[in-house]
Amino acid sequence: MSASTAVLKSEARLFTREPAALFWVIAFPTLLLTILGLVPSFRTADPALGGLRTVDLYVPVVVLLAVIMAGLQAMPPALTGYRERGILRRMSTTPMRPVYLLAAQIVLNGAAALGSAILAMAVGRLAYGVELPRQLLGYVLALVLATLGALAFGATITALSRTTKISNAVGMAVFFPAMFTVGVWAPVQVMPDLLQRIVGFTPFGAAAQALNQAAAGDWPSWSHLGVTALWTVILIAVAARWFRWE
Amino acid sequence: MAIIEVSGLRKAYGGRPVVDGVSFSVEEGEIFGILGPNGAGKTTTVECVEGLRVPDAGTVRVAGLDPVADHEQVTRILGAQLQESELQEKLTVREALELYSAFYPKPADWRILAERLDLTDRLTARFGKLSGGQKQRLFIALALIGNPRVVVLDELTTGLDPRARRDTWKLIEDVRDSGVTVLLVTHFMEEAQHLCDRVAVINTGRVAALDTPAGLIGRSAHSTVISFTPSRPLGDDDLATLPAVATVERKDGRLVINGTNETVNAVLSLLARHGITAQELRVADATLDAAFLDLTAGPTAGLTTGPEATADLTQQES
Repeated sequence: MSASTAVLKSEARLFTREPAALFWVIAFPTLLLTILGLVPSFRTADPALGGLRTVDLYVPVVVLLAVIMAGLQAMPPALTGYRERGILRRMSTTPMRPVYLLAAQIVLNGAAALGSAILAMAVGRLAYGVELPRQLLGYVLALVLATLGALAFGATITALSRTTKISNAVGMAVFFPAMFTVGVWAPVQVMPDLLQRIVGFTPFGAAAQALNQAAAGDWPSWSHLGVTALWTVILIAVAARWFRWE
Repeated sequence: MAIIEVSGLRKAYGGRPVVDGVSFSVEEGEIFGILGPNGAGKTTTVECVEGLRVPDAGTVRVAGLDPVADHEQVTRILGAQLQESELQEKLTVREALELYSAFYPKPADWRILAERLDLTDRLTARFGKLSGGQKQRLFIALALIGNPRVVVLDELTTGLDPRARRDTWKLIEDVRDSGVTVLLVTHFMEEAQHLCDRVAVINTGRVAALDTPAGLIGRSAHSTVISFTPSRPLGDDDLATLPAVATVERKDGRLVINGTNETVNAVLSLLARHGITAQELRVADATLDAAFLDLTAGPTAGLTTGPEATADLTQQES
Protein backbone atom coordinates (compact mmCIF):
# COMPACT_ATOMS: atom_id res chain seq x y z
CA MET A 1 0.00 0.00 0.00
CA SER A 2 1.46 3.34 -0.97
CA ALA A 3 1.93 6.03 1.65
CA SER A 4 -0.68 8.36 0.16
CA THR A 5 -3.27 5.55 0.00
CA ALA A 6 -2.49 4.76 3.63
CA VAL A 7 -3.16 8.37 4.60
CA LEU A 8 -6.42 8.46 2.64
CA LYS A 9 -7.59 5.20 4.20
CA SER A 10 -6.68 6.36 7.68
CA GLU A 11 -8.43 9.71 7.22
CA ALA A 12 -11.51 7.97 5.79
CA ARG A 13 -11.66 5.79 8.89
CA LEU A 14 -11.33 8.84 11.13
CA PHE A 15 -14.04 10.59 9.11
CA THR A 16 -16.50 7.84 9.99
CA ARG A 17 -15.68 8.42 13.69
CA GLU A 18 -17.04 11.97 13.67
CA PRO A 19 -20.76 11.45 14.22
CA ALA A 20 -21.52 15.17 14.38
CA ALA A 21 -19.85 15.93 11.06
CA LEU A 22 -21.48 12.90 9.46
CA PHE A 23 -24.89 13.98 10.69
CA TRP A 24 -24.64 17.57 9.49
CA VAL A 25 -23.02 16.79 6.15
CA ILE A 26 -24.74 13.57 5.13
CA ALA A 27 -27.97 13.17 7.11
CA PHE A 28 -29.17 16.70 7.82
CA PRO A 29 -29.79 17.98 4.25
CA THR A 30 -31.90 14.94 3.38
CA LEU A 31 -33.65 15.11 6.74
CA LEU A 32 -34.57 18.73 6.08
CA LEU A 33 -35.95 17.79 2.67
CA THR A 34 -37.94 14.95 4.22
CA ILE A 35 -39.48 17.22 6.83
CA LEU A 36 -40.41 19.89 4.26
CA GLY A 37 -41.93 17.20 2.06
CA LEU A 38 -44.16 16.12 4.93
CA VAL A 39 -46.00 19.47 4.77
CA PRO A 40 -48.98 18.75 2.49
CA SER A 41 -49.10 22.22 0.90
CA PHE A 42 -45.44 21.88 -0.12
CA ARG A 43 -46.41 18.85 -2.18
CA THR A 44 -49.02 20.63 -4.30
CA ALA A 45 -48.16 22.34 -7.57
CA ASP A 46 -48.14 26.12 -7.29
CA PRO A 47 -48.83 28.25 -10.40
CA ALA A 48 -46.75 31.01 -8.81
CA LEU A 49 -43.74 28.68 -8.98
CA GLY A 50 -44.33 27.87 -12.64
CA GLY A 51 -46.31 24.79 -11.75
CA LEU A 52 -43.57 23.36 -9.54
CA ARG A 53 -44.02 22.29 -5.92
CA THR A 54 -42.07 23.75 -3.03
CA VAL A 55 -40.47 20.34 -2.45
CA ASP A 56 -39.20 20.42 -6.06
CA LEU A 57 -37.45 23.72 -5.41
CA TYR A 58 -35.86 22.43 -2.23
CA VAL A 59 -33.96 19.53 -3.75
CA PRO A 60 -31.23 21.75 -5.27
CA VAL A 61 -31.28 23.80 -2.06
CA VAL A 62 -30.48 20.86 0.19
CA VAL A 63 -27.95 19.56 -2.34
CA LEU A 64 -26.05 22.84 -1.95
CA LEU A 65 -26.63 22.79 1.78
CA ALA A 66 -24.71 19.49 1.89
CA VAL A 67 -21.91 21.09 -0.10
CA ILE A 68 -21.52 24.13 2.17
CA MET A 69 -21.86 21.99 5.32
CA ALA A 70 -18.87 19.95 4.19
CA GLY A 71 -16.76 22.82 2.90
CA LEU A 72 -17.49 25.55 5.42
CA GLN A 73 -18.46 23.67 8.57
CA ALA A 74 -16.77 20.26 8.63
CA MET A 75 -13.46 20.82 6.89
CA PRO A 76 -11.93 24.03 8.36
CA PRO A 77 -11.89 22.88 12.01
CA ALA A 78 -10.43 19.53 10.97
CA LEU A 79 -7.61 21.16 9.04
CA THR A 80 -6.84 23.92 11.55
CA GLY A 81 -6.89 21.24 14.25
CA TYR A 82 -4.25 19.24 12.37
CA ARG A 83 -2.07 22.29 12.19
CA GLU A 84 -2.73 23.48 15.73
CA ARG A 85 -2.04 20.10 17.30
CA GLY A 86 1.27 19.63 15.52
CA ILE A 87 0.06 16.71 13.41
CA LEU A 88 1.29 18.34 10.21
CA ARG A 89 4.67 19.06 11.79
CA ARG A 90 4.96 15.54 13.10
CA MET A 91 4.30 14.25 9.61
CA SER A 92 6.91 16.53 8.04
CA THR A 93 9.60 14.67 9.99
CA THR A 94 8.71 11.51 8.03
CA PRO A 95 9.25 10.83 4.33
CA MET A 96 5.52 11.55 3.89
CA ARG A 97 4.65 15.11 2.90
CA PRO A 98 1.92 16.64 5.12
CA VAL A 99 0.19 18.11 2.06
CA TYR A 100 -1.21 14.63 1.46
CA LEU A 101 -3.02 14.83 4.78
CA LEU A 102 -4.70 18.07 3.68
CA ALA A 103 -5.46 16.57 0.29
CA ALA A 104 -7.06 13.52 1.90
CA GLN A 105 -9.33 15.74 3.99
CA ILE A 106 -10.33 17.79 0.95
CA VAL A 107 -11.08 14.67 -1.10
CA LEU A 108 -13.11 13.10 1.71
CA ASN A 109 -15.17 16.19 2.40
CA GLY A 110 -15.82 16.60 -1.32
CA ALA A 111 -16.88 12.97 -1.58
CA ALA A 112 -19.14 13.28 1.47
CA ALA A 113 -20.79 16.38 -0.02
CA LEU A 114 -21.43 14.66 -3.35
CA GLY A 115 -22.66 11.51 -1.63
CA SER A 116 -25.03 13.60 0.47
CA ALA A 117 -26.26 15.38 -2.69
CA ILE A 118 -27.01 12.05 -4.36
CA LEU A 119 -28.80 10.83 -1.24
CA ALA A 120 -30.98 13.96 -1.18
CA MET A 121 -31.86 13.58 -4.86
CA ALA A 122 -32.65 9.90 -4.40
CA VAL A 123 -34.91 10.56 -1.42
CA GLY A 124 -36.59 13.42 -3.28
CA ARG A 125 -37.22 11.14 -6.24
CA LEU A 126 -38.39 8.09 -4.28
CA ALA A 127 -40.35 9.73 -1.47
CA TYR A 128 -41.79 12.79 -3.20
CA GLY A 129 -41.51 12.06 -6.90
CA VAL A 130 -39.17 14.98 -7.56
CA GLU A 131 -37.94 14.64 -11.11
CA LEU A 132 -34.23 13.98 -11.58
CA PRO A 133 -32.41 16.87 -13.28
CA ARG A 134 -33.34 16.95 -16.96
CA GLN A 135 -30.02 18.41 -18.03
CA LEU A 136 -27.95 15.92 -16.05
CA LEU A 137 -24.52 16.85 -17.41
CA GLY A 138 -25.08 20.55 -16.72
CA TYR A 139 -26.34 19.69 -13.24
CA VAL A 140 -23.28 17.58 -12.47
CA LEU A 141 -20.99 20.32 -13.77
CA ALA A 142 -22.67 22.97 -11.61
CA LEU A 143 -22.62 20.67 -8.58
CA VAL A 144 -18.94 19.81 -8.99
CA LEU A 145 -18.08 23.49 -9.38
CA ALA A 146 -20.09 24.36 -6.27
CA THR A 147 -18.32 21.61 -4.34
CA LEU A 148 -14.90 22.84 -5.43
CA GLY A 149 -15.97 26.36 -4.49
CA ALA A 150 -17.04 25.27 -1.00
CA LEU A 151 -13.81 23.30 -0.46
CA ALA A 152 -11.77 26.27 -1.67
CA PHE A 153 -13.74 28.51 0.69
CA GLY A 154 -13.04 26.11 3.55
CA ALA A 155 -9.36 26.00 2.65
CA THR A 156 -9.28 29.81 2.68
CA ILE A 157 -10.88 29.89 6.12
CA THR A 158 -8.23 27.41 7.28
CA ALA A 159 -5.44 29.48 5.77
CA LEU A 160 -6.59 32.72 7.37
CA SER A 161 -7.52 31.37 10.81
CA ARG A 162 -4.72 30.91 13.29
CA THR A 163 -6.65 28.62 15.61
CA THR A 164 -9.52 26.16 15.51
CA LYS A 165 -11.59 28.59 17.57
CA ILE A 166 -11.19 31.30 14.96
CA SER A 167 -11.90 28.94 12.09
CA ASN A 168 -15.10 27.81 13.82
CA ALA A 169 -16.22 31.38 14.26
CA VAL A 170 -15.35 32.40 10.71
CA GLY A 171 -16.94 29.23 9.35
CA MET A 172 -20.13 30.06 11.22
CA ALA A 173 -20.10 33.68 10.05
CA VAL A 174 -19.78 32.59 6.44
CA PHE A 175 -22.15 29.66 6.75
CA PHE A 176 -25.33 31.63 7.47
CA PRO A 177 -25.04 34.00 4.49
CA ALA A 178 -24.12 30.98 2.35
CA MET A 179 -27.28 29.18 3.51
CA PHE A 180 -29.27 32.27 2.61
CA THR A 181 -27.79 32.50 -0.89
CA VAL A 182 -28.47 28.84 -1.69
CA GLY A 183 -32.09 29.45 -0.69
CA VAL A 184 -32.54 27.61 2.58
CA TRP A 185 -34.92 30.31 3.87
CA ALA A 186 -36.47 31.16 0.51
CA PRO A 187 -35.47 29.43 -2.71
CA VAL A 188 -33.75 31.75 -5.17
CA GLN A 189 -36.73 31.52 -7.59
CA VAL A 190 -39.05 33.21 -5.11
CA MET A 191 -36.60 35.97 -4.17
CA PRO A 192 -37.32 39.48 -5.56
CA ASP A 193 -35.54 40.25 -8.84
CA LEU A 194 -32.93 42.56 -7.37
CA LEU A 195 -32.07 40.10 -4.61
CA GLN A 196 -31.81 37.31 -7.16
CA ARG A 197 -29.33 39.37 -9.11
CA ILE A 198 -27.24 40.16 -6.00
CA VAL A 199 -27.26 36.55 -4.86
CA GLY A 200 -26.13 35.63 -8.38
CA PHE A 201 -22.76 37.24 -7.68
CA THR A 202 -22.05 34.98 -4.70
CA PRO A 203 -20.38 31.62 -5.26
CA PHE A 204 -23.29 29.54 -3.97
CA GLY A 205 -26.11 31.79 -5.13
CA ALA A 206 -24.77 31.51 -8.67
CA ALA A 207 -24.47 27.74 -8.23
CA ALA A 208 -28.08 27.59 -6.99
CA GLN A 209 -29.30 29.34 -10.14
CA ALA A 210 -27.19 27.07 -12.34
CA LEU A 211 -28.65 23.99 -10.63
CA ASN A 212 -32.19 25.31 -11.04
CA GLN A 213 -31.67 25.84 -14.75
CA ALA A 214 -30.20 22.36 -15.17
CA ALA A 215 -33.02 20.82 -13.12
CA ALA A 216 -35.52 22.47 -15.47
CA GLY A 217 -33.75 21.00 -18.47
CA ASP A 218 -31.71 23.96 -19.71
CA TRP A 219 -27.97 24.12 -19.98
CA PRO A 220 -26.93 26.30 -17.00
CA SER A 221 -25.96 29.78 -18.08
CA TRP A 222 -22.23 30.31 -18.45
CA SER A 223 -22.43 33.47 -16.40
CA HIS A 224 -23.64 31.53 -13.35
CA LEU A 225 -21.07 28.80 -13.88
CA GLY A 226 -18.44 31.47 -14.50
CA VAL A 227 -19.19 33.28 -11.23
CA THR A 228 -18.80 30.09 -9.20
CA ALA A 229 -15.65 29.12 -11.11
CA LEU A 230 -14.10 32.57 -10.66
CA TRP A 231 -14.76 32.52 -6.92
CA THR A 232 -13.20 29.06 -6.74
CA VAL A 233 -10.04 30.18 -8.52
CA ILE A 234 -9.69 33.28 -6.34
CA LEU A 235 -10.28 31.34 -3.12
CA ILE A 236 -7.76 28.66 -4.07
CA ALA A 237 -5.20 31.36 -4.81
CA VAL A 238 -5.86 33.05 -1.45
CA ALA A 239 -5.65 29.75 0.42
CA ALA A 240 -2.41 28.77 -1.30
CA ARG A 241 -0.89 32.20 -0.73
CA TRP A 242 -1.68 32.49 2.98
CA PHE A 243 -1.66 28.92 4.20
CA ARG A 244 0.76 28.33 7.08
CA TRP A 245 2.05 24.94 8.07
CA GLU A 246 2.36 25.93 11.71
CA MET B 1 32.43 9.17 13.05
CA ALA B 2 30.16 12.16 13.64
CA ILE B 3 26.63 11.47 12.48
CA ILE B 4 25.33 14.95 13.29
CA GLU B 5 27.47 17.99 12.66
CA VAL B 6 26.26 21.45 13.51
CA SER B 7 28.56 24.37 12.96
CA GLY B 8 28.02 28.09 13.42
CA LEU B 9 24.23 27.64 13.46
CA ARG B 10 22.26 30.86 13.70
CA LYS B 11 18.54 31.45 13.67
CA ALA B 12 16.65 34.62 14.53
CA TYR B 13 12.93 35.26 14.86
CA GLY B 14 11.84 38.77 14.11
CA GLY B 15 15.38 40.08 14.44
CA ARG B 16 15.91 38.45 17.84
CA PRO B 17 18.63 35.79 17.70
CA VAL B 18 17.41 32.56 19.27
CA VAL B 19 20.32 30.41 18.19
CA ASP B 20 23.51 32.42 17.95
CA GLY B 21 26.45 30.42 16.65
CA VAL B 22 25.89 26.91 17.98
CA SER B 23 28.40 24.20 17.03
CA PHE B 24 28.62 20.60 18.16
CA SER B 25 28.96 17.16 16.70
CA VAL B 26 27.33 13.94 17.77
CA GLU B 27 29.20 10.68 17.42
CA GLU B 28 27.49 7.59 16.14
CA GLY B 29 26.10 5.46 18.98
CA GLU B 30 26.14 8.01 21.78
CA ILE B 31 23.39 9.69 23.75
CA PHE B 32 24.07 13.36 23.28
CA GLY B 33 22.22 15.78 25.51
CA ILE B 34 21.22 19.34 24.82
CA LEU B 35 20.61 20.98 28.14
CA GLY B 36 19.55 24.49 28.85
CA PRO B 37 17.00 26.72 30.53
CA ASN B 38 13.65 27.39 28.89
CA GLY B 39 14.00 29.67 25.89
CA ALA B 40 17.72 28.94 25.48
CA GLY B 41 17.28 27.84 21.86
CA LYS B 42 17.39 24.07 22.38
CA THR B 43 14.27 23.24 20.42
CA THR B 44 15.13 25.61 17.58
CA THR B 45 18.54 23.93 17.33
CA VAL B 46 17.10 20.44 17.00
CA GLU B 47 14.40 21.66 14.64
CA CYS B 48 17.19 22.75 12.32
CA VAL B 49 18.69 19.26 12.66
CA GLU B 50 15.28 17.77 11.78
CA GLY B 51 14.95 20.06 8.78
CA LEU B 52 11.82 21.73 10.14
CA ARG B 53 13.54 25.10 10.14
CA VAL B 54 15.92 26.72 7.72
CA PRO B 55 19.02 28.10 9.45
CA ASP B 56 19.88 31.76 8.85
CA ALA B 57 23.57 30.87 8.85
CA GLY B 58 25.82 27.93 9.57
CA THR B 59 25.65 24.35 8.42
CA VAL B 60 23.85 21.29 9.69
CA ARG B 61 24.66 17.81 8.41
CA VAL B 62 23.02 14.52 9.31
CA ALA B 63 25.13 11.63 7.99
CA GLY B 64 26.57 14.15 5.52
CA LEU B 65 23.11 15.26 4.28
CA ASP B 66 21.54 18.69 4.48
CA PRO B 67 18.26 18.36 6.45
CA VAL B 68 16.61 21.09 4.37
CA ALA B 69 17.90 20.41 0.85
CA ASP B 70 17.93 16.61 1.25
CA HIS B 71 14.86 16.58 3.49
CA GLU B 72 13.36 13.35 2.26
CA GLN B 73 16.62 11.38 2.58
CA VAL B 74 17.17 12.76 6.06
CA THR B 75 13.67 11.77 7.18
CA ARG B 76 14.54 8.17 6.32
CA ILE B 77 17.50 8.02 8.69
CA LEU B 78 16.29 10.40 11.40
CA GLY B 79 13.31 9.71 13.62
CA ALA B 80 11.85 12.54 15.64
CA GLN B 81 9.68 13.04 18.67
CA LEU B 82 8.55 16.63 18.79
CA GLN B 83 7.76 18.73 21.79
CA GLU B 84 4.01 19.31 22.03
CA SER B 85 2.91 17.44 18.98
CA GLU B 86 -0.10 15.20 18.96
CA LEU B 87 -1.91 12.71 16.78
CA GLN B 88 -5.49 12.60 15.64
CA GLU B 89 -7.63 12.18 18.76
CA LYS B 90 -9.56 9.19 17.43
CA LEU B 91 -6.69 7.33 15.77
CA THR B 92 -5.92 4.09 17.60
CA VAL B 93 -2.41 3.07 18.61
CA ARG B 94 -2.43 0.24 16.10
CA GLU B 95 -3.65 2.48 13.28
CA ALA B 96 -0.99 5.07 14.07
CA LEU B 97 1.74 2.44 14.00
CA GLU B 98 0.45 0.98 10.72
CA LEU B 99 0.04 4.40 9.15
CA TYR B 100 3.53 5.60 10.03
CA SER B 101 5.02 2.24 8.90
CA ALA B 102 3.55 2.92 5.47
CA PHE B 103 5.62 6.12 5.19
CA TYR B 104 8.97 4.34 5.20
CA PRO B 105 10.58 2.13 2.57
CA LYS B 106 11.94 -0.37 5.12
CA PRO B 107 9.96 0.06 8.33
CA ALA B 108 10.58 -1.80 11.55
CA ASP B 109 7.98 -4.40 12.52
CA TRP B 110 5.51 -2.31 14.52
CA ARG B 111 4.36 -5.34 16.51
CA ILE B 112 7.84 -5.81 17.91
CA LEU B 113 8.10 -2.09 18.65
CA ALA B 114 4.74 -2.13 20.41
CA GLU B 115 5.95 -5.06 22.45
CA ARG B 116 9.20 -3.34 23.37
CA LEU B 117 7.39 -0.16 24.34
CA ASP B 118 4.75 -1.98 26.32
CA LEU B 119 1.89 -0.83 24.13
CA THR B 120 0.55 -4.24 23.16
CA ASP B 121 -2.49 -4.06 25.42
CA ARG B 122 -3.29 -0.53 24.26
CA LEU B 123 -3.34 -1.22 20.52
CA THR B 124 -7.07 -0.63 20.17
CA ALA B 125 -7.10 2.44 22.40
CA ARG B 126 -7.55 5.82 20.78
CA PHE B 127 -4.77 8.38 21.06
CA GLY B 128 -7.00 10.74 23.05
CA LYS B 129 -7.54 8.08 25.73
CA LEU B 130 -3.87 7.34 26.37
CA SER B 131 -2.06 8.49 29.50
CA GLY B 132 0.86 10.89 29.20
CA GLY B 133 3.37 8.06 29.52
CA GLN B 134 1.59 5.94 26.93
CA LYS B 135 1.51 8.85 24.49
CA GLN B 136 5.22 9.37 24.95
CA ARG B 137 5.91 5.67 24.42
CA LEU B 138 3.85 5.77 21.25
CA PHE B 139 5.87 8.77 20.05
CA ILE B 140 9.09 6.89 20.75
CA ALA B 141 7.70 3.98 18.73
CA LEU B 142 6.82 6.31 15.86
CA ALA B 143 10.27 7.89 16.01
CA LEU B 144 11.80 4.41 15.69
CA ILE B 145 9.40 2.96 13.16
CA GLY B 146 11.49 3.88 10.12
CA ASN B 147 14.55 2.04 11.46
CA PRO B 148 16.43 5.33 11.87
CA ARG B 149 20.12 5.75 12.59
CA VAL B 150 19.42 8.80 14.75
CA VAL B 151 16.48 9.72 16.96
CA VAL B 152 15.83 13.20 18.24
CA LEU B 153 13.83 13.30 21.45
CA ASP B 154 12.67 16.74 22.56
CA GLU B 155 11.60 17.10 26.20
CA LEU B 156 10.47 13.53 26.18
CA THR B 157 9.84 13.17 29.90
CA THR B 158 8.29 16.56 30.62
CA GLY B 159 4.98 15.98 32.35
CA LEU B 160 5.69 12.36 33.28
CA ASP B 161 5.60 11.11 36.83
CA PRO B 162 8.94 9.97 38.33
CA ARG B 163 8.13 6.32 37.71
CA ALA B 164 7.25 6.81 34.06
CA ARG B 165 10.33 8.98 33.67
CA ARG B 166 12.60 6.23 34.99
CA ASP B 167 10.95 3.72 32.65
CA THR B 168 11.49 6.08 29.74
CA TRP B 169 15.17 6.44 30.59
CA LYS B 170 15.54 2.69 30.47
CA LEU B 171 13.93 2.73 27.05
CA ILE B 172 16.28 5.38 25.76
CA GLU B 173 19.24 3.32 26.94
CA ASP B 174 17.80 0.29 25.15
CA VAL B 175 17.45 2.36 21.99
CA ARG B 176 21.08 3.41 22.21
CA ASP B 177 22.17 -0.16 22.92
CA SER B 178 20.42 -1.25 19.74
CA GLY B 179 22.83 1.00 17.85
CA VAL B 180 20.75 4.13 17.36
CA THR B 181 22.31 7.50 18.12
CA VAL B 182 20.16 9.61 20.43
CA LEU B 183 19.98 13.40 20.48
CA LEU B 184 18.14 14.28 23.65
CA VAL B 185 16.80 17.70 24.54
CA THR B 186 16.04 18.20 28.18
CA HIS B 187 15.94 20.69 30.98
CA PHE B 188 16.19 18.03 33.68
CA MET B 189 19.71 17.84 35.08
CA GLU B 190 19.11 14.45 36.56
CA GLU B 191 18.05 13.13 33.20
CA ALA B 192 21.11 14.47 31.44
CA GLN B 193 23.41 13.20 34.18
CA HIS B 194 21.84 9.77 34.12
CA LEU B 195 21.57 9.23 30.38
CA CYS B 196 23.98 11.32 28.38
CA ASP B 197 27.44 10.40 27.25
CA ARG B 198 28.07 14.04 26.47
CA VAL B 199 26.11 17.20 27.07
CA ALA B 200 26.06 20.56 25.36
CA VAL B 201 24.79 23.23 27.73
CA ILE B 202 23.04 25.89 25.70
CA ASN B 203 22.32 29.27 27.18
CA THR B 204 20.94 32.34 25.37
CA GLY B 205 21.52 30.73 22.01
CA ARG B 206 25.14 29.72 22.55
CA VAL B 207 26.98 26.63 23.70
CA ALA B 208 28.10 27.50 27.21
CA ALA B 209 29.91 24.20 27.72
CA LEU B 210 30.28 20.83 26.07
CA ASP B 211 31.56 17.90 28.06
CA THR B 212 30.65 14.65 29.74
CA PRO B 213 28.28 15.13 32.70
CA ALA B 214 31.16 14.29 35.05
CA GLY B 215 33.40 16.76 33.27
CA LEU B 216 30.80 19.52 33.58
CA ILE B 217 30.42 18.88 37.28
CA GLY B 218 34.19 18.75 37.75
CA ARG B 219 34.77 22.14 36.16
CA SER B 220 32.16 23.76 38.35
CA ALA B 221 33.14 25.82 41.35
CA HIS B 222 30.65 23.74 43.31
CA SER B 223 31.96 20.36 42.27
CA THR B 224 32.20 18.96 45.79
CA VAL B 225 29.88 19.44 48.72
CA ILE B 226 31.32 18.97 52.24
CA SER B 227 28.88 18.97 55.12
CA PHE B 228 29.39 18.29 58.82
CA THR B 229 28.45 19.39 62.30
CA PRO B 230 31.61 20.74 64.01
CA SER B 231 32.06 19.84 67.69
CA ARG B 232 32.55 23.57 68.37
CA PRO B 233 31.90 26.55 66.08
CA LEU B 234 34.42 27.52 63.44
CA GLY B 235 35.30 31.17 62.97
CA ASP B 236 34.64 33.04 59.77
CA ASP B 237 38.35 33.90 59.56
CA ASP B 238 39.28 30.26 59.44
CA LEU B 239 36.72 29.50 56.80
CA ALA B 240 37.86 32.44 54.71
CA THR B 241 41.33 30.92 54.40
CA LEU B 242 40.01 27.75 52.78
CA PRO B 243 40.92 27.48 49.10
CA ALA B 244 38.47 27.24 46.22
CA VAL B 245 35.39 27.71 48.36
CA ALA B 246 32.33 28.73 46.42
CA THR B 247 29.74 29.03 49.15
CA VAL B 248 29.42 28.38 52.86
CA GLU B 249 26.06 27.85 54.50
CA ARG B 250 25.25 27.38 58.16
CA LYS B 251 22.09 25.74 59.26
CA ASP B 252 21.24 24.49 62.76
CA GLY B 253 24.92 24.29 63.64
CA ARG B 254 25.69 22.36 60.50
CA LEU B 255 28.15 23.65 57.93
CA VAL B 256 27.73 23.06 54.21
CA ILE B 257 30.73 24.04 52.12
CA ASN B 258 30.70 23.99 48.33
CA GLY B 259 34.13 23.73 46.84
CA THR B 260 36.51 21.40 45.10
CA ASN B 261 38.66 18.43 46.09
CA GLU B 262 41.26 20.90 47.23
CA THR B 263 38.76 22.35 49.68
CA VAL B 264 38.13 18.93 51.19
CA ASN B 265 41.78 18.47 52.15
CA ALA B 266 41.98 21.97 53.52
CA VAL B 267 38.86 21.49 55.62
CA LEU B 268 40.22 18.26 57.07
CA SER B 269 43.56 19.81 58.02
CA LEU B 270 41.83 22.89 59.43
CA LEU B 271 39.72 20.69 61.68
CA ALA B 272 42.78 18.70 62.72
CA ARG B 273 44.72 21.87 63.56
CA HIS B 274 41.96 23.10 65.85
CA GLY B 275 41.23 19.67 67.28
CA ILE B 276 37.62 19.88 66.17
CA THR B 277 35.75 16.73 65.28
CA ALA B 278 33.35 16.69 62.39
CA GLN B 279 30.19 14.84 63.16
CA GLU B 280 28.18 13.26 60.38
CA LEU B 281 30.77 14.28 57.85
CA ARG B 282 29.58 13.89 54.27
CA VAL B 283 31.61 14.57 51.18
CA ALA B 284 29.61 14.30 47.99
CA ASP B 285 30.02 15.17 44.34
CA ALA B 286 27.77 18.02 43.40
CA THR B 287 25.01 17.23 40.96
CA LEU B 288 24.82 18.60 37.48
CA ASP B 289 22.34 21.12 38.88
CA ALA B 290 25.10 23.15 40.47
CA ALA B 291 27.27 22.99 37.37
CA PHE B 292 24.32 24.01 35.27
CA LEU B 293 23.52 26.98 37.46
CA ASP B 294 27.15 28.07 37.24
CA LEU B 295 27.18 27.78 33.49
CA THR B 296 23.91 29.54 32.90
CA ALA B 297 24.23 32.20 35.60
CA GLY B 298 24.05 35.77 34.39
CA PRO B 299 24.36 37.06 30.87
CA THR B 300 28.15 36.72 30.58
CA ALA B 301 28.67 33.37 32.24
CA GLY B 302 27.74 31.60 29.06
CA LEU B 303 30.38 33.34 27.00
CA THR B 304 33.45 31.84 28.59
CA THR B 305 34.03 28.21 29.33
CA GLY B 306 36.63 26.15 31.06
CA PRO B 307 38.81 27.03 34.03
CA GLU B 308 38.59 30.81 33.56
CA ALA B 309 34.86 30.74 34.04
CA THR B 310 35.25 28.68 37.16
CA ALA B 311 37.85 31.06 38.55
CA ASP B 312 35.68 34.08 37.84
CA LEU B 313 32.72 32.62 39.62
CA THR B 314 34.83 31.61 42.58
CA GLN B 315 36.06 35.15 43.00
CA GLN B 316 32.62 36.63 42.65
CA GLU B 317 31.07 34.39 45.21
CA SER B 318 33.76 34.02 47.86
